[in-house]
Amino acid sequence: MTALLRRFGHFFLSLAQETGRAMLFLFAALAQAFVPPYRFRRLWQEIYFIGCKSLLIIFLTAAFTGMVLALQGYYTLRKYGSESALGSVVALSLIRELGPVLAALMVSGRAGSAITAEIGIMRITEQLDAMDTMAVNPLQYVVMPKLLAGIISVPLLTAIFNVVGILGGFLVGVLLLGVSSGSYFSGMTQSVVSLDVNGGFVKSLVFGLTIMLVACYHGYFTERGAEGVSYATTRTVVVSAILVLAWDYVLTSFFM
Amino acid sequence: MIKIIELFRSFNGHQVLNGIDLEVPAGKITVVIGKSGAGKSVLLKHIAGLLKPDQGRILIDGLDFTRARGRELQAIKKRFGVLFQGGALFDSLTVLENVAFPLREKTSLAEGEILSRARQRLAQVNLPPEVESNYPDEVSGGMKKRVALARALVQEPEIVLFDEPVTGLDPPMMNTVFHLITKTHQESGYTGMVVSHDIPAVFQIAHYVAMLHHGRIVACGTPAEIQQNPDPVVQGFLRGEIDFQET
Repeated sequence: MTALLRRFGHFFLSLAQETGRAMLFLFAALAQAFVPPYRFRRLWQEIYFIGCKSLLIIFLTAAFTGMVLALQGYYTLRKYGSESALGSVVALSLIRELGPVLAALMVSGRAGSAITAEIGIMRITEQLDAMDTMAVNPLQYVVMPKLLAGIISVPLLTAIFNVVGILGGFLVGVLLLGVSSGSYFSGMTQSVVSLDVNGGFVKSLVFGLTIMLVACYHGYFTERGAEGVSYATTRTVVVSAILVLAWDYVLTSFFM
Repeated sequence: MIKIIELFRSFNGHQVLNGIDLEVPAGKITVVIGKSGAGKSVLLKHIAGLLKPDQGRILIDGLDFTRARGRELQAIKKRFGVLFQGGALFDSLTVLENVAFPLREKTSLAEGEILSRARQRLAQVNLPPEVESNYPDEVSGGMKKRVALARALVQEPEIVLFDEPVTGLDPPMMNTVFHLITKTHQESGYTGMVVSHDIPAVFQIAHYVAMLHHGRIVACGTPAEIQQNPDPVVQGFLRGEIDFQET
């Protein structure tokens, strides 16, 4: 019993220590955004990598999510004779929940893991140390642009996800299952309010920052060579997925 | 001049640097020798400002590097060039961009001047212009070392640190790199500190040699003095004797 308690204590102390270290890392990196030279070119490169290069996966995931939602929603709503509410169901599900969460999980899987691997390799091959010895702060040159790019790109990707998902729902609901186009869109415009959109937007901002923080943090503190990079990359995907879902619950309860 | 005073550093309870005292004279090349795991690279990383000691001081021309912060620290770092063991070239940049990187980041020179200086440094280390657009993984190990040397020298630093500059190179390439270090030192007159276990080849570039053993400097002097040092630890290392306690 004592051993079990000790283990729990040790686990929570380590968790608190790691969280504290990650927060210090985050503040130190974000503070570099206000220190010249301003890294607009690096920021643009990272937005291209995180945002533009994730477009295909976001399009595909969003289209299929919208299509499945429409399919499931239609057969459920038909039982109650409410097929006309299909547009509202698809739009609200996407804008409030699925859009931000799925877009974040996709970005985490594609860009987050790649960022951890990139920074981790820079760490084990002493590229970050080399930068430091040249009086170039790696937090400013490498980490900060990725954090900002995540905050900028993930909300934009989420907006695209929502639009494509709604169109995917339209394809299945209206063109395949025969729901009227007018009721699909009019139900949507009546039921979606600004609080839904704002809630989704805030979620995507938080998710973007969380994913990039987890990815950069694990890459930056990579140890033990290639095995360490592999471990850090896996950990990034797992930890960011858990944090995205945990944040989702917290923020949903806040916006309800 | 670099003066290291009573430097201690441990990792997870293991004492790596155990009270190092060393003076690296200005304008000369000092080579620190010692077995693998003796703490040579850790010492070099302390001098480069990448690690902080548990105790002790590192003075660069009287300025305490270990206590410097902010702009003072940046100013001291700008006086250094470091050649890392694996080169530490940025793999997303070409050879030319790697050499130009410190100038782009830390000077306000015009782009043409930056490229001109980077090309001069590449020529100084005998690299042909054809390789300048290659990425680091497209050039040989010896070329990588030379690119890294060119990058370390491009800002004309007063102090250059070399971490195992010839490890993993074949003998002709090892001699080429040593020749380049001697040549660039004669041209630039920097203070050099080389960490290496390549005995006796490394003596050809050394003005002074210090031997590190169990986290302490156990011998220091000119190459000739070190070779005649009666300490059995020094002689055992120079002769490459097997250490049965570690086998």
